[in-house]
Amino acid sequence: MLDEVADKATKAAGAATGGRVGQRPGVDMSGVRDPGEQDRSSKKGRTVKTENIFELQDVSVFYGEQKAVDSVSMEIQRNQITALIGPSGCGKSTLIRCLNRMNDLIPTARVDGKVIYHEQDLYGKEIDPVEVRKRIGMVFQKPNPFPKSIFDNVAFGPRILGMDNVEDRVKHALERAALWDEVKGRMDSNAYGMSGGQQQRLCIARAIAVDPDVILMDEPCSALDPISTGKIEDLMMQLKEDYSIVIVTHNMQQAARVSDRTAFLIVELSAGEKERWGQLVEYDETDKIFTNPSDKRTEDYVTGKVG
Amino acid sequence: MADVSMAPQASAANPSDVAIQPPPRDRKLRETIFRYGLLVALSAGLVVLAVILYDVIVRQDGFSTLFQTGFFSNNASSVARDSGIYPALVGTLWLMLVCILFIVPIGVATAVYLEEYADRTRWYNRFIELNIQNLAGVPSIIYGILGLAFLVRGPLSLGRVVLAVGLTLGLLVLPVVIIAGREALRAVPPSIREGSMALGATQWQTIWKQVLPAAIPGIATGTILALSRAIGETAPLILIGAAAFATDPATGFLSNFQALPLQIFQWISNAQKEQFAPLAAAAIIVLMAILLAMNAVAIWLRNKYQQRW
Repeated sequence: MLDEVADKATKAAGAATGGRVGQRPGVDMSGVRDPGEQDRSSKKGRTVKTENIFELQDVSVFYGEQKAVDSVSMEIQRNQITALIGPSGCGKSTLIRCLNRMNDLIPTARVDGKVIYHEQDLYGKEIDPVEVRKRIGMVFQKPNPFPKSIFDNVAFGPRILGMDNVEDRVKHALERAALWDEVKGRMDSNAYGMSGGQQQRLCIARAIAVDPDVILMDEPCSALDPISTGKIEDLMMQLKEDYSIVIVTHNMQQAARVSDRTAFLIVELSAGEKERWGQLVEYDETDKIFTNPSDKRTEDYVTGKVG
Repeated sequence: MADVSMAPQASAANPSDVAIQPPPRDRKLRETIFRYGLLVALSAGLVVLAVILYDVIVRQDGFSTLFQTGFFSNNASSVARDSGIYPALVGTLWLMLVCILFIVPIGVATAVYLEEYADRTRWYNRFIELNIQNLAGVPSIIYGILGLAFLVRGPLSLGRVVLAVGLTLGLLVLPVVIIAGREALRAVPPSIREGSMALGATQWQTIWKQVLPAAIPGIATGTILALSRAIGETAPLILIGAAAFATDPATGFLSNFQALPLQIFQWISNAQKEQFAPLAAAAIIVLMAILLAMNAVAIWLRNKYQQRW
């Protein structure tokens, strides 16, 4: 249902979102956008105190014997939005799930290398993954509200973490997620009665409510229509003042619009094409990735020649 | 579908110029036969039920016996017209209580372990799973033997009391509860678990505060259906020792008792069959009403709390 609606909306408002991947986005990237947005994107390059929040050192991920991500090294900066882009199967979702140890939930998954966060290796022996996830929240591809009231959805995190002033936290989180005005009269109604876009903002509010350090977003807009997508993108731009955000996206325009830095990953095939894994090709300022990439493969991808 | 039936015309002319043809006769016939075939299959079950109801209500005069003085409040007696089902009703309620207290915690805990914790690559977990499925198919008389050997006599030596028989019936339906519980847990989408874990909840908090509450309607439905099977069981009761059952109502877990299916069995096998058959018929109506009511509650629960993810 939702997909259908989103699909129709995409068709209707195709121009507004900058078209779809593959429709000569090269043209789109290089300055046909409105000046206000240009302004914002050039500003975001400067505002940052360049402090690393994550430092990935030779991170490889395996599912059983199968390698999913090969030896990624990159630094992710505080109070920035970092985008991971690339074709399907390039391991970008796998990679983002390393950052809060969500891969632990898959029994066969194994991570090699180091993910340094606050000078600690997240995969060190003494690290409790539950503690990691308290600090590093996550928003998923499909909105996944709990089958509870709107209030209880947001209050769940603060309650299990034993935080005080739960009601204030819920209100504050919903305000930050730009959802308060829409839901303040029906906090007791079930979250499943909300629209898809509202549900996703609820999930963001839920993540904010436990006051994390980092918010990871795994294709947060892929199930949403362009209007809801726009709202979430605006939200991300505001949230990066207080949080560091890492986002996986299929939508290159989205990466170009919101992110400060972009990492491009590709699918690498072994000889004989029996195995495939993801590899980091290029990681740089977003403007550079989309206007003047150093790698030919990045250029081909962002201009829509492949993928 | 429409495309396929119109294909021949399409090759002859532009399909949009040709009127949509009525379906061929033989197809209509086949669909009709198929539909009535399904109805016949469905009616087989209903016919059996109708025959039983006819036999019980009309031939054995069970319905009017329901209104016989003292039918619900008297103890069983050797005189047919003084007999009642009071001890049997009380005993059946006691059995249900023991059953619930036993199968809900054990069944749900087993289901949670198998669904949420068990590593399916380990042979012993697969072995347990396989056994539970097999246990659901073991005849009830076998459970009767088990109950007799281990609970009534043998190691526990509880005697022919509510507790021993309730536990026997509980063991009998435990696999049903476990299987229903697992299905209810599996119906909770993984995204709910991920959402909870991503907020820093432990696995235990996730299961206790998110997964189990979401699975309660399914677990409750499965438990009620299991219970309705348990209270209708007769074979284990007979095996454990029909002769020794009490004519007074049960007063506790360790009290002797009577139960509805057993009372029915005793009345039917009574030497003065003609006098006691209407009593048995009336008791059958009561038992059937209880079962239907329980199943109705299960259906109502399922519809009311069913979550569409």
